Amino acid sequence: MRELRLDKLGAIIAALALGGAFIAPFATFRANRIVAGEVKSVLDALPAGWSAVLLGIVVCAVAVAAVRSPAVLRLVAAFVALATLALGIGVAATHLTPEGNTYARVSPASGFWIMLFAFGLLAADALTRLRPAPFVRVVVLVAVLGFIGILLLSGSWDGLSILKEYASRVDTFWAEARKHVTLALGSLVAATTVGIPLGVLCHRVTRLRDGLLGVLNAIQTIPSIALFGILIAPLGWIAVHVPGAAAVGIRGIGVAPAFVALFLYSLLPVVANTVVGLAGVPRDANDAARGIGMTDWQRLVGIEFPLAFPVILTGIRIVLVQNIGLATIAALIGGGGFGVFVFQGVGQTAMDLVLLGAVPTVVLAFAAAIVLDAVIEMASPNTRQAEAA
Amino acid sequence: MIEIENITKRYGESTVVDDVSLTIAPRTVTVVVGTSGSGKTTLLRMVNRLVEPTSGAIRLDGEDNRALPGYELRRRIGYAIQGHGLFPHRTVAENIATVPTLLGWARARIEAKVEELLSLFQLDPASFGPRFPHELSGGQQQRVGVARALAAEPKVLLMDEPFGALDPIIRAKAQDDLLAIQKHFQTTIILVTHDMEEAFHLADRIAVMDKGKVVQYATPAEMLLKPATPFVESLIGAGERPYRLLAIAPVSSAVEPGAAEGAPISSAASQREALAELLWSGRDALPVAGPDGAVIGKVSLEGLAKRAAGPA
Amino acid sequence: MPKLATLIRIAVFLALVAFLLQPHWFEPLLRPLVQDNAPVIYNQGSLLQLTLLHLRTVALAVAAAALVALALAILVTRASGAEFLPLSRSLVNIGQTFPPVAVLALAVPIFGFGEKPTLIALFLYGLLPIFENALTGLTTLPPSVMEAARGAGMTSGQRLLKVELPLAMPVILAGIRLSVVISLATATIGSTVAAKTLGEVIIAGLQSNNLAFVVQGGLIVAILAVLLHDALQAAERRLAARMGR
Repeated sequence: MRELRLDKLGAIIAALALGGAFIAPFATFRANRIVAGEVKSVLDALPAGWSAVLLGIVVCAVAVAAVRSPAVLRLVAAFVALATLALGIGVAATHLTPEGNTYARVSPASGFWIMLFAFGLLAADALTRLRPAPFVRVVVLVAVLGFIGILLLSGSWDGLSILKEYASRVDTFWAEARKHVTLALGSLVAATTVGIPLGVLCHRVTRLRDGLLGVLNAIQTIPSIALFGILIAPLGWIAVHVPGAAAVGIRGIGVAPAFVALFLYSLLPVVANTVVGLAGVPRDANDAARGIGMTDWQRLVGIEFPLAFPVILTGIRIVLVQNIGLATIAALIGGGGFGVFVFQGVGQTAMDLVLLGAVPTVVLAFAAAIVLDAVIEMASPNTRQAEAA
Repeated sequence: MIEIENITKRYGESTVVDDVSLTIAPRTVTVVVGTSGSGKTTLLRMVNRLVEPTSGAIRLDGEDNRALPGYELRRRIGYAIQGHGLFPHRTVAENIATVPTLLGWARARIEAKVEELLSLFQLDPASFGPRFPHELSGGQQQRVGVARALAAEPKVLLMDEPFGALDPIIRAKAQDDLLAIQKHFQTTIILVTHDMEEAFHLADRIAVMDKGKVVQYATPAEMLLKPATPFVESLIGAGERPYRLLAIAPVSSAVEPGAAEGAPISSAASQREALAELLWSGRDALPVAGPDGAVIGKVSLEGLAKRAAGPA
Repeated sequence: MPKLATLIRIAVFLALVAFLLQPHWFEPLLRPLVQDNAPVIYNQGSLLQLTLLHLRTVALAVAAAALVALALAILVTRASGAEFLPLSRSLVNIGQTFPPVAVLALAVPIFGFGEKPTLIALFLYGLLPIFENALTGLTTLPPSVMEAARGAGMTSGQRLLKVELPLAMPVILAGIRLSVVISLATATIGSTVAAKTLGEVIIAGLQSNNLAFVVQGGLIVAILAVLLHDALQAAERRLAARMGR
């Protein structure tokens, strides 16, 4: 059996997963939302049949991880284990909650999170080794999100504490979700519309470049809460003194200052990446474009912009991921978004409420990063050229 | 005809091109040589107004080159540069089609032109047209660069060190191809280089530039026999003079009556090649074959030695 | 020109110190921002003390992050750790998509309120840029130099200490600089979970509708960030210049 050599990373994953499965508790049970909980091991938290299945699958996946096995097999093992964990925590919630008891709360405990991390690591490692094409990565993402969607719709997670928090806030949740996405995407669109022309201008007018980039750099150093707060004053003044401003939604507190703050934070990456992208266009290509009679506009649209596009896209990716995270702060000035649940949860020491705000934010940011990375890779000249070959 | 009249370019205090006047006959190859910083590239770039002169005028077939907006002027003048400047995100065919597209040619005409040019440069249109520049060898990229410059059938072609990035063997081939293409399209070419070998190989007339001024503008033979300044002389290289003199004339102009032993040399070869063959084979004379292959006379060491001699 | 820029920075630094020691000198400047009778200068604690606590939190988090990130980067760039290299690259990418607020909020249930969750969040968030830059620095060394070091008979330990780390240091410093700037701003959010930082001033301003508080809290952090950013960048340039880059 000389082929069965130990995989170093796999050994760490195996140790983590086994520790999570056999030593750390799987779920926490609390009689109501506030009281301290009691932790349950896998054996206590799940019906006998389920514990056997879950532990069996964990041990199998650990075996695959610990030895040097093909990456596809590792990926399958990781996804099977993750899916089992996802189903298992739902079963635990139903199993632990006494019939008819609406106060009792069940949430995942450290063992669950450790196993989630371990198998997530295994999946990430397998995917890194497989280097899937950009399109495949998006397909995997959609499949995972689809699986989570099915679990949510089927009600198999309904017993979990985080979903009980959700159930009591269905309407506000979706309203805040809409606000969150509108803030993050809207400010991105605004920043792109303004930032790309500004970047072009900076590229053409050298004297403007250092000044403008300096100012935008300085804006980035203002802490987000402060910038949100500082903008309250001028916007409040505009709302009162500019006729019609209040009618279109400009107010001192709420969405407007959050939108403006996110817009200002977004400008630097967009402008800077536009400048870098344009500066990276080969001199020869630019000289030839002028030499064969392209006007400045034709050169910008036909040569410079397409060549700089992947770099500009990278800027947009940075902005989108950053905005999705920063939009949570908007809640502090009444701007709404998922931050509402995070800060409410922090205020009430209700971990589940924090999760209700934090988990969707992380999922959104993560999905945005994967999709945009895929788009960037597809737009980059090297891949495009390789495909055409 | 290109008339360059008292053209000067200053950047602040420094004068890069200083009161240069040249008249370039149509359908000829003019090579501008000089050391780096001599102003030769700036001079070239003022012809298609990539650089605007400080004073002076340039006329193309009698028309001032400022009569048109710069970009329209440049669409009528071919432009090829060192490192080719191909657009990396466009295919070879799209690259060549750039200027015809800008000029609004019909699609069929553009496609036909691209195909014609690729074939002319010995690149199979079906296989090379859809490729991207980075998939081509250096020599192929350079040919596409020149093809792109010629796509709109310009009467004038400007070339800035077009062969500078090529290795010596490919460079020699590219130079021969360029001469063939120039004959085919009857293009007027102005070419900038720092390579004297290249200048003597390609030029009908050579302009030597030094510190912004043209110090001599003459045919290669005149320049060899009567260098205007010590700078021109050093540029040519004293040790190279006789060989360059032989290199710019064909064997046909050195044929003497009589017969000689051994394999004949083509009358189209250069006299320098004949000399090399004579020295290498240790003979005094070689038979010369005319274009049809028949022997038309001989070329002798003694005869070549006279032709290689400088003015007394 | 660079002289003038230095003078401006010194002036800004002195203004900051003056403001922290004698905030009431600046009252007239901030007065227009508040309604009548509202306090102009933060009055629920010393600005100087909060600033020092803010800096201490950032320093502790970044120092720990730098140590751990550097150790990890060295580990995965050795032959024995090479298996971890591709994964660690992906993990850095994944980690950077986590919003700092989420990291902070999730640390609260585990570590309770106060400075601890803030330190943990700053530490985790600060790891990424340093680790990423250290990886870049250690994996893009000129191959000829590495060959020469081997050829000169250096052991792997000597190569690491005398060649690799010094050569990679400017890039590593750039990562630390990024980490410092991010942490300075993120630490303010720590005050939402009761950490003692300058965020306290901003949040007090938001709660009592006192713009002067928001501005003074925000400006102190921003000025600290700009000054530290420039100082670290100058150090990088100096290091890089010494190596002729």
